[in-house]
Amino acid sequence: MKRATGRVNRIGLSRSEYGGDPSTLCKGCGHNSIASQIIQVAFELSLKPHEIIKLSGIGCSSKSPAYFLGMSHGFNSLHGRMPALGTGALMANHSLRAIGVSGDGDTGSIGIGQFKHLVRRNVQMVYLIENNGVYGLTKGQFSATADEGQGLKYAGHNPFPEIDLCIEAIVAGCGFVARSFAGDAKQVRSLLKAALSHRGTAVLDIISPCVAFNNDDSSTKSYGYGRTNQYPLQEIGYVPVAEEIVVDDYEPGELRVIELHDGSYIRLRKLEADYDAGDRIRAVERLQRAQESREFVTGLLYFDSSRPSLAETNNLGDAPLASLPEARLRPTHEDLEGIMRRFR
Amino acid sequence: MDMKIETLPHPDQDRERGPIINDFSLVVATANGTGSQTANLALLRSIFKLGIPVHGKNIFPSNIQGLPTWYHIRVSHEGYVARRPSEILIAYNPATLLEDVAELPPGGVCVYNEDLGFVPERDDLCYYALPVKELIATSEIKGKLRDYIANMTFVGALAYLLEIPLVAIEESLSYHFRHRQKLVDSNMEVVRSTYNWSVENLSKVDPYRIEPMDKTKDLILMTGNEAGALGAIFGGVSFVAWYPITPSTSFVDALREFLPELRIDDQGKATYSVIQAEDELAAIGMVLGAGWAGARALTATSGPGISLMSEFAGLGYFAEVPAVIWDIQRVGPSTGLPTRTSQGDVTFVYYLGHGDTCNVILFPSSIEECFEFGYTSHDLAEVLQTPVFVLSDLDMGMNNWMGKPFRYPEGPLQRGKVLSAEEVGSDPFVRYRDVDGDGIGYRTLPGNTNPLGAYLTRGTGHDENANYSERAEDWAENSERLARKFDTARELVPGPEISSMSDARVGIIAFGSTRYAVDEARDRLSHSGFSTGFLRVRALPVNGEVRTFIEQHEKVLVVEMNRDGQLHNILQTEYPDLATRLVSAAYLDGMPLTAEWVQARVLRVKL
Ligand SMILES: Cc1ncc(C[n+]2csc(CCOP(=O)(O)OP(=O)(O)O)c2C)c(N)n1
Ligand code: SF4
Ligand SMILES: [Mg+2]
Repeated sequence: MKRATGRVNRIGLSRSEYGGDPSTLCKGCGHNSIASQIIQVAFELSLKPHEIIKLSGIGCSSKSPAYFLGMSHGFNSLHGRMPALGTGALMANHSLRAIGVSGDGDTGSIGIGQFKHLVRRNVQMVYLIENNGVYGLTKGQFSATADEGQGLKYAGHNPFPEIDLCIEAIVAGCGFVARSFAGDAKQVRSLLKAALSHRGTAVLDIISPCVAFNNDDSSTKSYGYGRTNQYPLQEIGYVPVAEEIVVDDYEPGELRVIELHDGSYIRLRKLEADYDAGDRIRAVERLQRAQESREFVTGLLYFDSSRPSLAETNNLGDAPLASLPEARLRPTHEDLEGIMRRFR
Repeated sequence: MDMKIETLPHPDQDRERGPIINDFSLVVATANGTGSQTANLALLRSIFKLGIPVHGKNIFPSNIQGLPTWYHIRVSHEGYVARRPSEILIAYNPATLLEDVAELPPGGVCVYNEDLGFVPERDDLCYYALPVKELIATSEIKGKLRDYIANMTFVGALAYLLEIPLVAIEESLSYHFRHRQKLVDSNMEVVRSTYNWSVENLSKVDPYRIEPMDKTKDLILMTGNEAGALGAIFGGVSFVAWYPITPSTSFVDALREFLPELRIDDQGKATYSVIQAEDELAAIGMVLGAGWAGARALTATSGPGISLMSEFAGLGYFAEVPAVIWDIQRVGPSTGLPTRTSQGDVTFVYYLGHGDTCNVILFPSSIEECFEFGYTSHDLAEVLQTPVFVLSDLDMGMNNWMGKPFRYPEGPLQRGKVLSAEEVGSDPFVRYRDVDGDGIGYRTLPGNTNPLGAYLTRGTGHDENANYSERAEDWAENSERLARKFDTARELVPGPEISSMSDARVGIIAFGSTRYAVDEARDRLSHSGFSTGFLRVRALPVNGEVRTFIEQHEKVLVVEMNRDGQLHNILQTEYPDLATRLVSAAYLDGMPLTAEWVQARVLRVKL
């Protein structure tokens, strides 16, 4: 347990008490900044740590539940299978709030099926995708969210169209779909807060650059081709120590171009203030247009709170299944006798 | 070689032709999708209700309509229920008619549908021709349903031929249609009119007859899947995730039938949740999630589903999460024979998961045991904090078996070592420390309000504190502890059931549904003066009693329904010093083993 240091929140916990183990991810990795925003939000909202569960699949991103909310239970599960595990855990105890952390490989490739089914069932869970367009932990292969035509030192050229996980979520019936950028702490925090209060699955796709393998030197999005450093990173095991990329506050409707560690650029556009997040078809259209113009639109893309959560669909009462006493779990002697008579 | 054993002299061949009462087997041959199941089950339950020991086996194709299907009913005043060749054939399927007739033993009976244009050739059989079309012509039921009701004609004819009282049939139909009188009446009308027609037009020449007894008065008739599902419910299962696959589907169907009846609370809320997952991989993932969060959770599947579950099985074993997985085995590899029975998943499930994974397995061999293991599997899973597999099979799971009414579970649910917030106290909580020396640590559940009680469960290497660790000693120590836990499991799982004969030189080891063929074979052998011992394995890992049993016999035949002798191999590995005493009797063609086959294999053992 962390020691209370400094200011405390409504329930008497300090920010540091929402922390976890020291991160073992690369310095400057976008995933680290997301973990610190989770800590900050949990602190600001005075979340009770025992009411939270942290879930993840496998990947650099999926390691991060170890680095926040050390006083909450968590399960770092299998590659791409966090949705199933989370569904079961939340049916067993629907009084818990779940923060799931996944990667773009974890969600967009191996786990795309489970992801879509989780969303479709509307399991009550904040589902974070720490999206870097690569497989970090296995050292730099393309993920399914990598841009079509993009090049990576290790993986070469990507000939396939990218999967936009926000579109996938909307199409699967998700009632809360947002996109942000790991370096935009303020937006990440406000979206996280909103997501935590959503009844059902809230998908938050956060662009989270990989310091080590977002080493794009192709011409389309990068000025990095001019660089002289051509060592294949995975062979010499050298990972440059980088600073976290941050973006200062930008206005609704505004476009921000951000330079990544390797010199490539990403373009973020914040949704306009009058954007209507209640229109599913428009949301998909907007995302596809953004894709065409090589922009990421950020903000709350789609919102609809009308669908019941899975716990409601399954007619669960207030008491979690996991805490029901034996008397409510095991039918009576008379019940058994009645059934036995039927099979005579 | 094995196939030849099937053609051993038929037991009834030399019988003199007096009446044969309550001792025969009949087979109903129809095409799938013609609705013969109602007629078959009505017949089965009528005989059961007359107090006569009976069992039915449905041999059906992987198809919805058209392919051949056979329903075997064995009637045995001695109570034998193993498969055996039939003396009476109901020939309603033109596609298999000639083969079906050819399989009858001399003196056999063939009741056939006259409309099929069949010309009897064998002169060593008794024939009864039924003008099915004509018999149902007057029925008020029209259209497609008429085909269904056509099957009631053989029920009516058998009522006459075998002397089954019509009231017994009516009672069974009423049971089958859940007392919907209109359906009962329209079916009974065909049964009655065929019965009356038979009285007028058929003259009974064969020796087979039914005579009421009182041997089933206190028994129930149920499928293994229904029994297992009920067991789980009386074991407090509250989360079920599954993906449909024959022959496990009816397990979940039974859960979904009984849960709403037994587990809705006063507020009308469910105290359970059933989710049809997107695949078996998700199903087991959900079950582990629920087990981790503290609910009793199960999934039911068959071989192909087990294949998909292997990664999660390894995680469940290593992260130490309770779960119950019912594997209703069918024939593999691959899709194999999806509607035929097998015991082919033993090795696969025992070691399911990569690395040093080892799983606890239970082998029910009766509906009573399906019920019992239905709840004890959850006790074991929670006490041992590990996935527990229950290996049933298609024959056990989907067919109707007689059994004693189930005994209400004794004692409270065993929830294992779960610490409350108070129990965690103020000392740091150490998830994987072997405090009690049994290899089982203490766990806390999400939601535990003690801030010291939280931990991160993971499939990666960890130390006692559940912290990530790649230290060599941490891995080795944790792995040793898991092996110790498996030794604890040895003592906790149900031990074998042993029936010994003091002069027996040959022992038999079997498990699951093959026990009925073994029981019957042993009786036959002992009538001819050949004693055998029998040990029925009820769980893996096996414990010391199995060693003693093997030591007590010169040779031990391990009988199982697979090709390679999977349990045989496991036992040889377990007891290398006794390996040469173990003789494998393994065979698989999709059909349940017969007593003749077992008997022949025993006689072949070289002493
Ligand atoms: C079944 C399985 N296949 C492959 C792997 C190897 N693996 C580990 S992480 C990973 C990719 C992770 O990529 P992503 O989800 O994008 O996470 P990131 O590391 O980029 O944060 C792969 C392929 C695995 N752990 N399990
Ligand atoms: S490899 Fe990339 S994703 Fe992984 S920790 Fe390093 S920067 Fe982050
Ligand atoms: Mg990634």
